Amino acid sequence: MSAGTTKLDVVVSDVVPVNDLVTRFHFRRRDGELLPTFSGGAHVVVEMRDGERTRLNPYSLMGSPLDTREYTISVRRDDVGRGGSLFMHRSVKPGLEMVISYPVNLFSLDLRAKKHLMLAGGIGITPFMAQTAQLAGEGGNFELHYTCRTASLGTYADVLRERYGRRVRLYHDDREERIELDRMLSSQPLGTHLYVCGPAGMINWVRDRAAALGWPPETVHYEHFAAPQPGLPFDVTLAVSGKTIRVGEQQSLLEAIEAAGVDPPYLCRGGVCGQCETNVISCDGKFIHNDHWLSEEDHRSGRKIMPCVSRFEGRSLVLER
Amino acid sequence: MAAKTIISRPIYGTLSPQPGTHHLFLADAEGALAITDMAARAPGGFFDGAEIVFIPGPDGQYVAALEALKPAQLHIAPSFASLLPRLRQTLTNAHMGLRLYLAGTEGLIGQAMQVALEAGIDHTSMQTEHRGSLARRMQCVHCKGITENVTTQPATCSHCGLLLLVRDHYSRRLAAFQGVCINAEDRSEIPPMEEIFR
Repeated sequence: MSAGTTKLDVVVSDVVPVNDLVTRFHFRRRDGELLPTFSGGAHVVVEMRDGERTRLNPYSLMGSPLDTREYTISVRRDDVGRGGSLFMHRSVKPGLEMVISYPVNLFSLDLRAKKHLMLAGGIGITPFMAQTAQLAGEGGNFELHYTCRTASLGTYADVLRERYGRRVRLYHDDREERIELDRMLSSQPLGTHLYVCGPAGMINWVRDRAAALGWPPETVHYEHFAAPQPGLPFDVTLAVSGKTIRVGEQQSLLEAIEAAGVDPPYLCRGGVCGQCETNVISCDGKFIHNDHWLSEEDHRSGRKIMPCVSRFEGRSLVLER
Repeated sequence: MAAKTIISRPIYGTLSPQPGTHHLFLADAEGALAITDMAARAPGGFFDGAEIVFIPGPDGQYVAALEALKPAQLHIAPSFASLLPRLRQTLTNAHMGLRLYLAGTEGLIGQAMQVALEAGIDHTSMQTEHRGSLARRMQCVHCKGITENVTTQPATCSHCGLLLLVRDHYSRRLAAFQGVCINAEDRSEIPPMEEIFR
């Protein structure tokens, strides 16, 4: 059992297709009680029991934090991913009993801010659904800029426009509508905090421009769950538990460690939170680092790895686990 | 140099040029030297978009050195109180991209930081450098009165007259160190007063 990952026994109370790619899932507690309180930006890790295989994927809670009768997540189908989203779309039906983690927030609002400027790309809209609901309930000052491929794939764009009117601005890629980022960043009042969730390229672009235009790092918040990338199988020796394991093509290193009966700490399973950071005792080969947690220096050192998203190619790898 | 004793005791860095669209400097007395030292390391043209607000010390020095940096604006103020309305106005109208640099005595850094915090700048986002006097701004925890320029340990509260131990316990909200009665049990016990915050 991992720190902060106390489990909740839930039942799927509703499954709602939102558009061609996105489906929404509603969860209630099996015992009928209220779910734990959460804050906008929090995620849960959903356990997917798919035959022999168990996947643990993080999803942002998108309902209002003011209503804990149910949790809602929205899952974008990824036809070339590792199968978690396909499992959710194909196999999860109302009435199914599932297990999810307690909510954890690695993308929370800084409520000292005078204003909250939010930038969403694609399915990155989900944490903002909860954050805007939280802020609106408190009379908070926010502005949401949402980029999507087409109007029909603008998940919840209609809901947001209806709720918040001009505080929401939409940009459609197919209509060549682009955020005028520099002008937007330079015209924000002092005390604004910036939040960005979307594809890695968008996050990097926004962070780079904000830094160049003098936004202190404390005012820039971002979240990008890296899905574990498939890759060549590799062997790993776990020195502390005295086991040698093989990491499969479609498996993450963390999943392989867990499958061997070792229970390392984790929270986000997306290379963000730092919980599963693992020391490397020795290695002969090269690392494929996919996390957002370790510094570039750590990546170069070959002394640390984030087993939730990163892989290894080479002859031997010994971990302190 | 201020040493870290307890977690609330502020420590200060060395001013360094930050990326930004507007640079606002506030300094008193020897704090001007922190700005001129930084200018030697700053990229060319850095002060073209900079505004310096300066409170000269009793000797009136360093105004010319700051003029020589050719900032977009140089404002000389006789006291912190006199520049406060201007500072508030600047911060109220400012946009993200404004960077704040505070240099000089702890009293100046603390009070400017207090105003900037209210305007929404995180204290970790401000550049600070301590120069000059170590005199402290102190709040009497008993009568809540503020005494400026405290140099002795213990110190007398200028409001209620209690003899106070000047603690390292600092409040960013009040921009003051906390002073606690040093002889509450027996007021006739008067410890020697030493000048230690020079």
